[in-house]
Amino acid sequence: MQKVDSHMLQTIADLHEVPQGAYNIRKNGESAGRASTENIIIENKKDKPGIDITVKPNTKNESVHIPVIITETGVDDLVYNDFYIGENADVLIVAGCGIHNSGDKKSEHDGIHRFHIGKNARIKYVEKHYGEGTGTGENVLNPVTEIFMDENSYCEMEMVQIEGVDSTKRNTVAKLQAGAHLLILEKLMTHDNQVAHSDMTIELNGLDASSQIISRSVAKDNSEQVFYPKAVGNAKCRAHVQCDSIIMGDAHIRSIPEIAANHCDANIVHEAAIGKINNDQLLKLQTLGKTEEEAEEIIINCFLR
Amino acid sequence: MLELVNVSFKVNDDGEKKEILNDVSLTLHDGKFLVITGPNGGGKSTLAKIIMGIEKPTGGKILWNGTDITNMSITERANLGIGYAFQQPPRFKGLTVRDLLSLSHGSTLPEDQCCTYLTNVGLCSKDYLNREVDATLSGGEIKRIEIATIMARNVQLAIYDEPEAGIDLWSFNMLIESFKNISAKNNQSMIIISHQERIMKIADEIAIIANGTVSKKGSVDEVFPLLMSEFNSACNFR
Repeated sequence: MQKVDSHMLQTIADLHEVPQGAYNIRKNGESAGRASTENIIIENKKDKPGIDITVKPNTKNESVHIPVIITETGVDDLVYNDFYIGENADVLIVAGCGIHNSGDKKSEHDGIHRFHIGKNARIKYVEKHYGEGTGTGENVLNPVTEIFMDENSYCEMEMVQIEGVDSTKRNTVAKLQAGAHLLILEKLMTHDNQVAHSDMTIELNGLDASSQIISRSVAKDNSEQVFYPKAVGNAKCRAHVQCDSIIMGDAHIRSIPEIAANHCDANIVHEAAIGKINNDQLLKLQTLGKTEEEAEEIIINCFLR
Repeated sequence: MLELVNVSFKVNDDGEKKEILNDVSLTLHDGKFLVITGPNGGGKSTLAKIIMGIEKPTGGKILWNGTDITNMSITERANLGIGYAFQQPPRFKGLTVRDLLSLSHGSTLPEDQCCTYLTNVGLCSKDYLNREVDATLSGGEIKRIEIATIMARNVQLAIYDEPEAGIDLWSFNMLIESFKNISAKNNQSMIIISHQERIMKIADEIAIIANGTVSKKGSVDEVFPLLMSEFNSACNFR
C-alpha cells in the first residue's frame, strides 16, 4: 500500500492495516481489496457501480469497513452501496472518503448509501470525509444517505467532514417504523472558500419512533454552510433537532430547521444557534496558560469532537 | 510576592469618566492568604481581573516577584504561576471535566488525581469526569469544577472570585477545608474575594475595598471585628 493511501485510510477510517472482518476498499473508482465473512457478504451490484452488503440476521459484534480513496485528479466516481441488515443483527459500519488531489482537475466522489435495517437490528455507522492535496483541482463529495428502519431497529450515524472538502451537498433521508430510534450526529468544518449544504428529512411513521439529530459545525474564512434538517411526525413519536454553529472570519451560515406534525401525539422540538466563540471561553483557557490561537483550536476541536 | 502600586481603573460611562479603582496599593507576601471583601460594586472583581490581566489598569503598576507584569498578557501571567477562578465560569461544548482538569494541570491527569481535586470541592469523580462542561451542569456544579481547575494547576498565586456563590452548605464545608489545607502548606499565595465570614476567618489578612479604594487592610484579628461592628451599625458596607 502506498504511503498516501495508508495516510488517507488512517484519517478517514482509523485504519492502520487491512481491517479485521468484512471490508471493501475502493480506490480511484475501482475495487482495491475486499473480504466477506461468514455473516457479512459483500458483492458487486449487477446493474450499476457499487456493492451490496448483506448482514445475516443475528450477526453480533462484527464490523464492515468500506473506505473510498481518490488519489488522482479528474476522477468522477459515482457509487451505489446498499446495506441489508438482517433482523437482530448488531454491527459497526465504517465508511468514509478521502481525496488527495494534487492536480488541477476536479475530483468527485458521490456515494449513494441505502440502509435497510431489519426488525430489532442495531447499527452504528461512522463516515468521515476529508480532502487534501497541493493542486488547484476541487475536492467534491456529494453523499446521499437513505435509511429505512424496520420496527424497533436502532441506528446511530456519525457523519464527519474534517477539512479540505471544497464543495459538498449532503442529502439524508430516513423513514422510521414503530419503535425505531435514529441518532444522527453531523460534524462539519469548512474553511477558505468551501461550500457545504446539508439537507435532512426524517419521517417518523410508526408508533413511538424517535429521533435525535445533532448538527455541529464550524465555518471559517469565506466559507458557506447551509443546514436544512426537517423532522416530520406522522404518528405518536418524539424528535429533537439541534443545529449549533460557530462562525468565524467572513463565513456565512444559514440554519433552517423545520419540524412538522401530522399526528396529535407527535412531539417534535428544534433548536438552532449560530455564534462566534464566546470570549469568556478564550479568556478561561488563556488563564490556564494557552495563547488565544491555542485556546481557539481547543474550543473548536472539542466542539467538533 | 505580589505588589499593586497605585493601581487605577477608569471607564467611560456614557461620556462620563467613572472611577472603578482609585490608587489601590496592596502587597501580598508569599504563602499568604488574603480575603478581599467589601460592598457590591466596590471594585473587588475588577481588581482580581487586573491582577490576572483580563483588564488593563489605566494607572499604576503590578509587580510579581519583582517583575513588572502590568503590560503582560493573560497567558504570560498564567505561565508565571498566577491562576484565576471565574465568578461566572464559561461553559464548553464537547470539553469534558477530565479534559478541563488536564488542561489546567498542563498534562493528562490520571483518574485518581482528578478524583482528589473533585472531592476537594465536594464532587464525586465517577459522576463527573466524563461529563461535558456544558449547559447541563448546574450553576453550583460548574462553579465547583472551576475551583477544582485552579487547584489542579501548580500556581504560586491563586485568585478566587466569590468561590462560595451558588454552592450548597455541604460542598461549602469541603471547600473551607480545602482552602485551609492549601493555606497550611504555605507554598501558595491566595486571594479570595468573598463575603463569607467563614472564609474570612481562615485567612491571614483581610482587605476591605469600597468605592474603588482600600479602606482597611490588616490581620484577620484586626479587621474582622471592625467589619462586624461596622455591619452592625448600619454602615457603608451594606
